Amino acid sequence: MSAVHVLRPGLLTTVQDLGRTGHQYAGVPVGGAMDRYALRLANLLVGNAESDAALEVTLLGPTLELQGDVLLSIAGAHLSATLDERPLPNGRTVHAPAGARLAFGRPVAGCRAYVAFAGGIAVPSVLGSRATYPRARLGGVDGRALAAGDLLPLGELGARSHRLAAALPRGRVASWTPGPHEPARTGAAIEVRALRGAHFDALTPESRSALRGEAAQWFTITGEADRMGYRLDGPGLELAAPLELVSEPVAFGTVQLPPGGQPIVLMADRQTTGGYPRVLEAISADLPLLAQAAPGARIRFREVSLAEARRLYLAREHELARIALAIDLQLA
Amino acid sequence: MTSAALFPIEPLGDAALLVRLGDAIDEVTHVRVRQAHSRLRHLPPALGGCEVVPAFTTVAVHFDLARGTYAALAAAVAAALADLEHEPLPASRTITVPVRYGGGHGPDLEYVAAQAGLTPEEVVRRHAAGAYLVHMIGFAPGFPYLGGLDPRLACPRRETPRTHVPAGSVGIGGSQTGIYPFDSPGGWQLIGRTDLVLFAADREPASLLAAGDRVRFREVSR
Repeated sequence: MSAVHVLRPGLLTTVQDLGRTGHQYAGVPVGGAMDRYALRLANLLVGNAESDAALEVTLLGPTLELQGDVLLSIAGAHLSATLDERPLPNGRTVHAPAGARLAFGRPVAGCRAYVAFAGGIAVPSVLGSRATYPRARLGGVDGRALAAGDLLPLGELGARSHRLAAALPRGRVASWTPGPHEPARTGAAIEVRALRGAHFDALTPESRSALRGEAAQWFTITGEADRMGYRLDGPGLELAAPLELVSEPVAFGTVQLPPGGQPIVLMADRQTTGGYPRVLEAISADLPLLAQAAPGARIRFREVSLAEARRLYLAREHELARIALAIDLQLA
Repeated sequence: MTSAALFPIEPLGDAALLVRLGDAIDEVTHVRVRQAHSRLRHLPPALGGCEVVPAFTTVAVHFDLARGTYAALAAAVAAALADLEHEPLPASRTITVPVRYGGGHGPDLEYVAAQAGLTPEEVVRRHAAGAYLVHMIGFAPGFPYLGGLDPRLACPRRETPRTHVPAGSVGIGGSQTGIYPFDSPGGWQLIGRTDLVLFAADREPASLLAAGDRVRFREVSR
């Protein structure tokens, strides 16, 4: 069976899938890929199920050696990937020969790249997911980020992967690509669309206007930014009067306001509940944009309606469905 | 009054909703939260609901935005909660947690005692005499938010959290007491430690405690 040998682990490389759903009642975070869209895209490109486990590579990537011929693809951030020292573009399926080395260089755009291998990464499933959650040592390789010497087993190829492998000669990069998909951005200024949170109206008028509309202010993602959440630095936000809150469920994209006035955007490894005021909720369609933003990136919020949030999400879902169809047409 | 008015429903982001079952942390609300959790797990799959998360006074229903809409799910939730008081609940379990109090296991026991104006022995006696209710599990896998701490034992959190608190540590933070399931940083005052494993992914169920359980602490010798 094919496998991936980790020669160097990179800054923070973890096994991720679409997360551990169904256990939040027991305090287990959902986790999974920060940029779920990119993970799904990378999986589609190698014929996997969208939910298969792949590698999430953060800024400075690993060096990997392939054991066996492996169909792979990269989506998300542009981290100067090379296969046997030749540049490997994102969004392409490649049929890499046994012994090939996948390496990464300078981060060019975005923060997190996803490397999918046909068959998926076959580490044991824990509570229904292979996603790595180091705080409770769940999933991935022994519940931790990759380390040098790790050997990642790959799963059995599905019918689609077999057909893709047969259609693409060994050692070749596919000439086709699913077409333009949102380019990952880095260090740039991003606008994140959001709904008002449950406690938005408890903010002072100045703080409310800093979070929406014409007078929306820029925040900067601080160094306190990880898979759990991003602390933002910017205009201090204030409540009109103190709120007495008890812990309530939170979501991916919830913007909390702890004392001190610097908001925190909750990301993939967020806790299941939180006790701070929830001032905004970033919309699902823009979570990939947040996932690709690194410390130092500037961010501004724009209010949208619930109906608009759903429309934007469905547009992205249709995009993925179109890509899946295009891949099938390549095989027809 | 309609059920929608009894239990307000609001969006939690674009892919979840939140139901309010009460305003305060009390046992009436707690029972409603458990009943709602139990009932909302059986919503029709076509609505796209994927998981139900209970907290102190609220229950969230997360859904797949590609399959469901807030409006349809909120209507179904309101209908499902119409006769909530009839939802049966399993009998409450009582779990006894053996604790070695003080010394290296509970380095803050003397501090808590000084704050309370009690002897360390009296702090232990009062802590172990309590009957605690697991209001919810959150913060970390298997971490119980326990109600019922003797008000006399309430103690502020440490000004500087410890970078390493061993798994099984029993602590007091404000008016709450709890048990750390994993080695982690933490700011609670540590008064003891248990050998019980609060969370093990390969155990069924993985979490030792569940919302609605009663917990008693029993002092064991070091």
